[in-house]
Order: sequence, then C-alpha cells, then structure tokens
Amino acid sequence: MTQVVEKGRERSVVVGKVGLTTNYAVAHAVKDVDVDVVAAYPITPQTTIIERLAEYVANGELDAEFIPVESEHSALSAAVGASAAGARVFTATSAQGLELMHEILHIASGLRLPIVMAVPGRALSAPISIHGDYQDLMNVRDTGWIIYIASTAQEAYDTVIEAFRVAEDPRVLLPVIVSYDGFLMSHTTEPVEVYDVKAVREFTPRRHGARPLLNPERPVTMGALATPDWYYEIKYQAINALKASRSVIDEVDSEFNRRFGRSYGAVEGFMLDDADYILVTYGGAATWNALEAAKEARGRGLRAGVLRIRLFRPFPTNDLVKKLADAKAVAVVDRAIAPGSPVEGPVFKDVYIALREYGVDKPVISVIHGISQRTMYVRDFYELYYKLKDIASTGNVPRESLYMGLR
Amino acid sequence: MSELRSWTQIPIGGYITEPQNSVKNKTGSWRTQRPVIDQDACTRCRICWLYCPEPAILELNKPYVTKGGRKYNLTFEINYDYCKGCGICANECPVKAIKMVPEVV
Repeated sequence: MTQVVEKGRERSVVVGKVGLTTNYAVAHAVKDVDVDVVAAYPITPQTTIIERLAEYVANGELDAEFIPVESEHSALSAAVGASAAGARVFTATSAQGLELMHEILHIASGLRLPIVMAVPGRALSAPISIHGDYQDLMNVRDTGWIIYIASTAQEAYDTVIEAFRVAEDPRVLLPVIVSYDGFLMSHTTEPVEVYDVKAVREFTPRRHGARPLLNPERPVTMGALATPDWYYEIKYQAINALKASRSVIDEVDSEFNRRFGRSYGAVEGFMLDDADYILVTYGGAATWNALEAAKEARGRGLRAGVLRIRLFRPFPTNDLVKKLADAKAVAVVDRAIAPGSPVEGPVFKDVYIALREYGVDKPVISVIHGISQRTMYVRDFYELYYKLKDIASTGNVPRESLYMGLR
Repeated sequence: MSELRSWTQIPIGGYITEPQNSVKNKTGSWRTQRPVIDQDACTRCRICWLYCPEPAILELNKPYVTKGGRKYNLTFEINYDYCKGCGICANECPVKAIKMVPEVV
C-alpha cells in the first residue's frame, strides 16, 4: 500500500507505517540507502540489526557484501578498508565491542572515511552487564566522529539516512555514529513511517570523485607515517572538519524536512518558552520520562521543561546556551559516568562549560541515573524539578554529582 | 614535501596522492652521525652498497687514484639527503674504510 503524503514544501513518499524496533528501523534505513558493505560482529543489544541485515543480504533485498568478521576490531578495520576503496559502509556495535574498536575509531576519522555506525548504548563490564546506558558512547567521545543520539525508532531511521548524506558530503568526509538507548529503544517496537526507496536513494546520491580512493590504476597511500613536522596539521584538518560539519548537518536536516516532512535539529526543546527549571537529557527513556515529569510539574504550577541533546558531536553549544539562558536552574541527566572528574557527569561537563563560556551563570547540577538500565522513574525526574526549585531559591548548589536510584 | 605546508595545503587525511613522492622527503635530517668514506682505504667491494637499507650509497663512474697509486674507475659516495646515519655500512665494511662522525649543528 503506497500512500503519497503531502508534507513540508515538497511531496514525500511514505510507503507505510510499520512496527519496528529501533534496531530494525536502523537496518531498514541501511537497506534503503543501499549500502555496499556491512562488516560487523554481533553483540547485545546490537545483534538484531546485524541479523536483519544478514537476512536482507541473504534474501536479495540488499545487494551488499556482508563480511562476518571475527571481532569488532576486524569489523571496523574491514569497514575502513572498504570505505577507503569507495564503498558505502555500515557497521554497528555496543559496549565491549565499541571498546575493542577503539583504536580504529581514530583511524576512521583521521583517514576521513564516511562510515556510518549504529551504537545502541550499553554499560561496560565489569561487572558484566548487557543492559543499557551510555558509558560506551561517552568513552569514544574524543575519537573525532560525528555523534547523534536518537530518541525514537523513527528518529533513528531518519538519522541513519541523514548520517550517510552528512558523512559523504565532500565538505565533511567524517564517520558518523548514530546512538540510542540499548534495549529501551533497541528492542522496543514503535510505529515507524518508512519511505519509498527511490526517494531515500535520491536523497543520498553516490558522490563519485569526492575523495581519493584506493585504486590500482591511480595509486594513493593512506595512513602513511606523519612525522612531528606533519602530524599536527593533518590531525587539525579532521578536527576542523568536525567543527565545520555543523552547517552541513543543519542543511541536511532542513532538506530532509523538505523531502520527508521531518526534522530534529541539534537540540530539541519541550515547553522551554517560559521554563524556569530545565532537565537536559539525551536518548529516549531519559527524555520521555523527564517530559512526563515536566507535564506533571506543570500541572502543579511549576514551569518545567526538557532540553534533549540530539547532536552530541560537534556539540551544539550555541543552541544549548540560547535555550538555557533564561532558566533559573538546570540539571543535566547523564546515563554515564566520568569517574574521578571534578563533577562526574560527562555531558554535564559540556553543558557547564558551554554556559560559562557564554557568560551564563545559572545553577547547573549533575545527575547520574539509568546506569546499566537502573529504572529511571517519572517520579525521580519530578522530584528533580522540585530540587531545582530549592536550589534556585536557596542558592545552595551541590558541588558533586547526584547519584539517583543508587541504594 | 620539502617545504612545511599549513593544514589547509595538505591533501585530505594526509593521503599521498602522488606516487614516489617519498624522494621529496629528505630524511637525512634524522641523522645524528654521518658515515664518511676513506676513498684511499676503500677497495670498491660494494658491501656497503649492498647492505645500505635506504639505499643511500651512490656508485659513481668517477675515476679515483689512491695515494698508493692504485686506480679505480668507480667511486662510492654517500647520499646525505637520505642517509639516516644507521651505521650499517661502517659496521659491514670489511676494511674499516667508513667512519661514523657525529653531526654537529
């Protein structure tokens, strides 16, 4: 059943609404953009993406090379090689798998290879956990990849399509991670509107000639030794490309809106216009539970709001500062820990620095929650809003992270 | 890459897009000691030429007459643009005709 829907300024083709877990939504997007190579090793909670892609390849729905490698280190290494030769490449992993990839993450960004990777976030061992948080993602924050954190299956589907377009843009040429909640999203079925394959492929055209490729006819060397006279300059190219990618990310998001009728921005605000107390979140569960709490708090007369960070790298400093400038107090909810830091919320540190850099001096507190999928109750967030109210009125700002849900 | 270019002037990702451009990269600056050949002691045996990993030993069609009156049609010289001063030639020379001399700035 093909249904043509008029949305935004252009007509977009929505093939239908289907029930998909976020992992299946990601696999669907990867099929729709017609990748050439999938190199991956299964790990919970990423496995069902790879299983679904293997099915697509086996039954002929996706014409791609599926490389069943022996580890994540090899998965990303194979992805690097294929991308260097010009293939459109996808991989996915979580937790220990992402850690095992770590050194190749730096190589992918340093060599400017537009690989797209899905990372349903998971806690790191030890003790062994298969459950969700974002410790794995935070540990790869400084590897030079563009990082999105999606909050719904629909958004993950849309973001994977956007990610290929952004990564392969000649002005960017960087690898992209699309992350989301392990289990709470990766294994939760939601309605997802999927698009006509033709429209998706028009949106993600092959860009021949955008970068030098491995080709025996025209030899190039990639990854040669750079002596101290050269390393700094070559590394800075990639650092600058990540900063500069922001304008392309915005452009692609706007064009996605014109074609498909959806856009997400770098940050997403809920009830922020007059909000005094704001929870800053990322991912699905933290955001939607915080939003429920905000609605309840509003029902009792407290001006509560939620600011979700969707684009994590490059960090949307400007957008965030604008949205938070008029708040009375802010809490940053981290589902990851930066052990031994002055304050232990990794994203808190970014938010705090962003505000202080722009001269916004508001009480900002760090909250740790949802570690290894410790349940984040709506009432926890509701209590947080009242805690922010107390902090704003007393001026008594905690100097350490608040560990919620900890016995 | 003989002159030090800025980050905007280097190919993306530091790719080397021009084959054999390593000859432009004069690696001799790494050297802390330089080999010096005593042309009178050298027997033109080619051992240094054979062992040099770079290779930075030049075999030149340049006649040479030793102090003892012996005539050679060949002369071996060091290409200091690429010699990294590893000292293998000096170590291998069967007549100890090559000395390693500290580089002084």
